[in-house]
Amino acid sequence: MSNQPEIQSTSRVGDVLFGGAAKIASGGIVLIVLIIGIFLLSNAWQPLLDNSANFFTSTEFRASTKPPRFGVAALLWTTLLTSAVALAIAVPVAIGLALLLTQYVTGRVASAIAFVIDLLAAVPSVIFGLWGIKIFGPAIQPSAHLIENLLGWIPLFGDGQVASPGTVFTASLVLAIMILPIITALTRDVFAQTPRETIEGALALGATRWEVTRLAVLPYGRSGAIAAAMLGLGRALGETIAVMLILSKVARFDVSVFSGGETFASIIARNAPEFDTPYKAGVYISAGLVLFVLTFAVNALARVVAERGKAKS
Amino acid sequence: MSKRIEVRDLDVYYGKFHAVNQVNLTVQPRTVTAFIGPSGCGKSTVLRTLNRMHEVIPGAYCTGQVLLDGTDLYAPGVDPVAVRRIVGMVFQRPNPFPSMSIYDNVASGLKLNGERNKQVLDEAVETALKGANLWKEVKDRLDKAGMGLSGGQQQRLCIARAIAVKPEVLLMDEPCSALDPISTLAVEDLIHELKESYTVVIVTHNMQQAARVSDETAFFNLKAQGEPGHLVEIGPTEQIFHNPTQQATEDYITGRFG
Repeated sequence: MSNQPEIQSTSRVGDVLFGGAAKIASGGIVLIVLIIGIFLLSNAWQPLLDNSANFFTSTEFRASTKPPRFGVAALLWTTLLTSAVALAIAVPVAIGLALLLTQYVTGRVASAIAFVIDLLAAVPSVIFGLWGIKIFGPAIQPSAHLIENLLGWIPLFGDGQVASPGTVFTASLVLAIMILPIITALTRDVFAQTPRETIEGALALGATRWEVTRLAVLPYGRSGAIAAAMLGLGRALGETIAVMLILSKVARFDVSVFSGGETFASIIARNAPEFDTPYKAGVYISAGLVLFVLTFAVNALARVVAERGKAKS
Repeated sequence: MSKRIEVRDLDVYYGKFHAVNQVNLTVQPRTVTAFIGPSGCGKSTVLRTLNRMHEVIPGAYCTGQVLLDGTDLYAPGVDPVAVRRIVGMVFQRPNPFPSMSIYDNVASGLKLNGERNKQVLDEAVETALKGANLWKEVKDRLDKAGMGLSGGQQQRLCIARAIAVKPEVLLMDEPCSALDPISTLAVEDLIHELKESYTVVIVTHNMQQAARVSDETAFFNLKAQGEPGHLVEIGPTEQIFHNPTQQATEDYITGRFG
């Protein structure tokens, strides 16, 4: 034995420490998410049992009646509608900007434009909310009326009985501006990584700039762009203060984008003064629970899409 | 379908850097011409000036003339996009378009030219894949991703993509350097067949390959790092490899290159 070299593994202190720290950190994150989920569920449990309206189909939301009557249908609709409209506007603009910044302009001009877009991300959302309801909303009122007159026969664009600019329409546009920076930045990074060989392959076939974009850049970056849009959606779904400042309360739920309403996040924030008893707070926590699951699902979906795209190329 | 290339007094610059100095050479139609020389001698750069691909690099420009059957590719008003549609190119690393099927990869050039007729496309894809010796291997899976093929098959797919548009000239920039020996052999066999229809110019680091596939060989060299590259001599491959007129060529060919 003594003449054989030692091949038994010896534990190295650095590896052990680092490995342990990494395990604790990653385990901790999972634990925190679980604890939040359990907290939400346990607080919402009793009000959910007592609820005299259907939680999934009712458009009412009353925490103070006995028993409480609340459902998430209207909240879910308004939340999804504002986010979907915001996404529909932000994604094409973001992709256009990302293409501009990676394919058409370079150097100082590109970094200047990128800087301005990044600045947008630094504006606090409360400022967006104030600006949205006081300046931007009134400014777009004429176009809103135009759309309402032209397409009012479709319920989605019907008269929402809201005189102020505090509509889903205004909120969606402000949200679009708010999620634009993150989507632009992420798509830009993906497009910038298009392999040079692929771009040159398209150029060598006699492709114009747009054709290079279509043949090489967009197919390569598609999954990344989808993932970026999903992350933007996640932010839009959870945006609170700007949406709360913009959206007007309405007496009766309406599907129109020219109506007001509440999203999950805005109803919780607006009614924070009512959290005087754990029971009433629990009613709002049930709405928070749905939002939690919704954003979780959206982010998970973004991951899956991004991973699938990676595996293919 | 094949044209003569004449390069006259060509100088290439990358910004302030003078990359290639005073190149004059002629490439005959339906021949294979190999560009050989040490790294940095400007052979790839000269190749790229033949379809204006060097312009893709910011700051790159050239002076002098490149004539394709007498037409100057650098005359004012010439569209580089149009040049690249008649002078095709195959690259060092296979670069099929991601997320495109084998069929769509080959058809992509024709579609760029506005061809929409399914029957015309079908025929052109089959002809090009046969021309690239790939048809037998892929004919039953044309709708599968081009990225799913092996490296050698991908490179032949790229050759098929380049010849599908029936270019006048085919440029190849070290087309086998990322391939294994068997795939290399397949591509070299293909080059022999391609010269029946096309003017082929190939850059290679592999001198045996130059000797195997080319009719003419051009040897490029550079005096020192940072100096512009230049053309030392061009002549029949046989002569360049066995009886070069320049000492530098002989040193390079025999491996006494320092």
